[in-house]
Amino acid sequence: MSGKPIRVLVAKPGLDGHDRGAKVIAQSLRDAGMEVIYTGLRQTPEQIVGAALQEDVDVVALSCLSGAHLHLFPAVAEGLRKQNAEDILVLGGGIIPDEDIPALKEAGIVEIFTPGTNTVTVADFIKEKIGRS
Amino acid sequence: MFERDVTQKIKDQKKKYEEKLDKLTAKRPERQAEFATDADIKINTTYTPDDLEGMDYEQDLAFPGEYPYTRGVQPNMYRGRHWTMRQYAGFGTAEETNKRFRYLLEQGQTGLSVAFDLPTQIGYDSDHSLSKGEVGKVGVAIDSLLDMETLFDQIPLDKVSTSMTINSPAAVLLAMYIAVAEKQGVTQEQLKGTIQNDIIKEYMARGTYIFPPEPSMRLITDIFAYCAENIPGWNTISISGYHIREAGSTAVQEVAFTLADGIAYVQAAIDAGLDVDEFAPRLSFFFNAHLNFFEETAKFRAARRLWARIMKERFGAKNPKSLMLRFHTQTAGCTLTAQQPDVNIMRVAFQALSAVLGGTQSLHTNSRDEAMALPSDSSVLIALRTQQVIGYEIGVADTVDPLGGSYFIENLTNEIEQQAAEYIAKIDDLGGAPKAIDFMQKEIQNSAYRYQKDIESGKKTVIGVNKFIMHTERPKDLLKVDPEVGRRQEEKLARLHAERDNAKVQQALADIEKAAVSGENLMPYIIEAVKVYTTLGEICGVLRNVFGEYQQQIVF
Repeated sequence: MSGKPIRVLVAKPGLDGHDRGAKVIAQSLRDAGMEVIYTGLRQTPEQIVGAALQEDVDVVALSCLSGAHLHLFPAVAEGLRKQNAEDILVLGGGIIPDEDIPALKEAGIVEIFTPGTNTVTVADFIKEKIGRS
Repeated sequence: MFERDVTQKIKDQKKKYEEKLDKLTAKRPERQAEFATDADIKINTTYTPDDLEGMDYEQDLAFPGEYPYTRGVQPNMYRGRHWTMRQYAGFGTAEETNKRFRYLLEQGQTGLSVAFDLPTQIGYDSDHSLSKGEVGKVGVAIDSLLDMETLFDQIPLDKVSTSMTINSPAAVLLAMYIAVAEKQGVTQEQLKGTIQNDIIKEYMARGTYIFPPEPSMRLITDIFAYCAENIPGWNTISISGYHIREAGSTAVQEVAFTLADGIAYVQAAIDAGLDVDEFAPRLSFFFNAHLNFFEETAKFRAARRLWARIMKERFGAKNPKSLMLRFHTQTAGCTLTAQQPDVNIMRVAFQALSAVLGGTQSLHTNSRDEAMALPSDSSVLIALRTQQVIGYEIGVADTVDPLGGSYFIENLTNEIEQQAAEYIAKIDDLGGAPKAIDFMQKEIQNSAYRYQKDIESGKKTVIGVNKFIMHTERPKDLLKVDPEVGRRQEEKLARLHAERDNAKVQQALADIEKAAVSGENLMPYIIEAVKVYTTLGEICGVLRNVFGEYQQQIVF
């Protein structure tokens, strides 16, 4: 596994202000050798799609703890598809009830990481999916 | 404090004791190479009078209810009355939340605490495009006085005190509360409660800001001035360390950044021409009760002493009430685990105990299922019962500051106060809290990252996550917010728009705009507007036009 570093957009869709997890993930992925861009709070799905294309990222990591994930996460995946960017790996994290996970995966969110996840697990998952480190 | 105990004899004995310890640990190493609190304050094997050398009982501790209030703000604390048991609650529509409120009051809760949904907190009506998916999710959706009337239906506002977690639009929600009370025949003088109204920590750690700092500070001082004149029993601000800690700060940073914010509000009010003793008695605080038990208890004591000194020495406050740091506590949400969630009941109990031993005025205990969802009825009942066990069964409320005088607790209190004071000096150098937001965010983030790494390396134990792991089924009775709540709020708004007197609404909005521009106190105009059913989103929309919106600096 080699080549150019994996680029990740860590994004906070919706009105939620909890960004501890997003920032910890961003910092840990950076420590794992990836190039990480953090959007800041209150991004619409459209803004996130725009940033993902502009920054030419391999991964979009979404974080939401407000319960609006069923509305927001699929909108990002759908937006990327519309821009022919479905090759971008979309991940989600936050307070996500188990019963919502199948619908999110169906909508194109490849994996959901819930509270208690080790940051190394997330980095390893990304490296394996993207096929380089 | 224990001057006469600090004899050469004790010092000699301590030396011998330490030699003995060295031999012992050389043979049998301790569990850890070194011990420290969560804020990385070194913990010794034991503490003795010489760890408090130079401390003076009268100056540094004094009696409960006396400056510098280290031991508590009242002379007899919980012997007179327990802390207020106040569970933060709100979800879905006003009808559903009203039901939860009445359930909690029936179970012996003694005060209300309202959680609003994010659109309400950010000043959007439920029908705004950015509200989609968020309506009723993290709290109750309030668009107009109509919702507020339902929220407090059959709850006598002259009998309960109500805390509202609302910041940027605090003036609007306070106005609605005043209007509902008036309809119940309750006057403003009779109202008791708190609005959070703490914008600096929103920029720093919580995220529900709307306007830029300058007009936000003006809204806050407008509220201070209005309440000083009209609602003497209202706590006009709850200066919050809770969210700073949840965002990842240490206990020391929590005290330092919260009091630095407090200093900024006091200064702003003085600059606006208010007399410090006129508004300072109504300032209140809000802290987190985290896991490191003794550090937390010492933290509350240190915060109280440091604030009293700041108010007296820096601001020259004379009214004893201006010097007293009164605070609400909530147990640490970020310490709850989704794994083996029943274990959270124990975490919450110990955290709550540290707050009681630290002299809190009111308390929220988290529910066991909050790492997964909003709390269910059965979980919130256990949380409330936990407070009742502490208050009624185990005797800790029967004497004041029972840990006061412990060599360890006093040493830790001194350490936290000193380290927090150093941070505050640094923030002063940066021009005060509003100018030091980036600095504080960076500090918080570094602490959060270190905490996570300590969990992953096993240095910090989290039962069920990195030790004593066991698979358990997710609880079946998790609360699910009705997905239809957004649609119902939209319909309610459409009806309101059609039925209210829109000419009056337009006039009220024009008056608010005029006052916003001229600098006149906004409160009376906002009260008039909510009474004619102008919506929260309409009022905040006008203010957005005049004041502009805050642009977040991304610190990463």
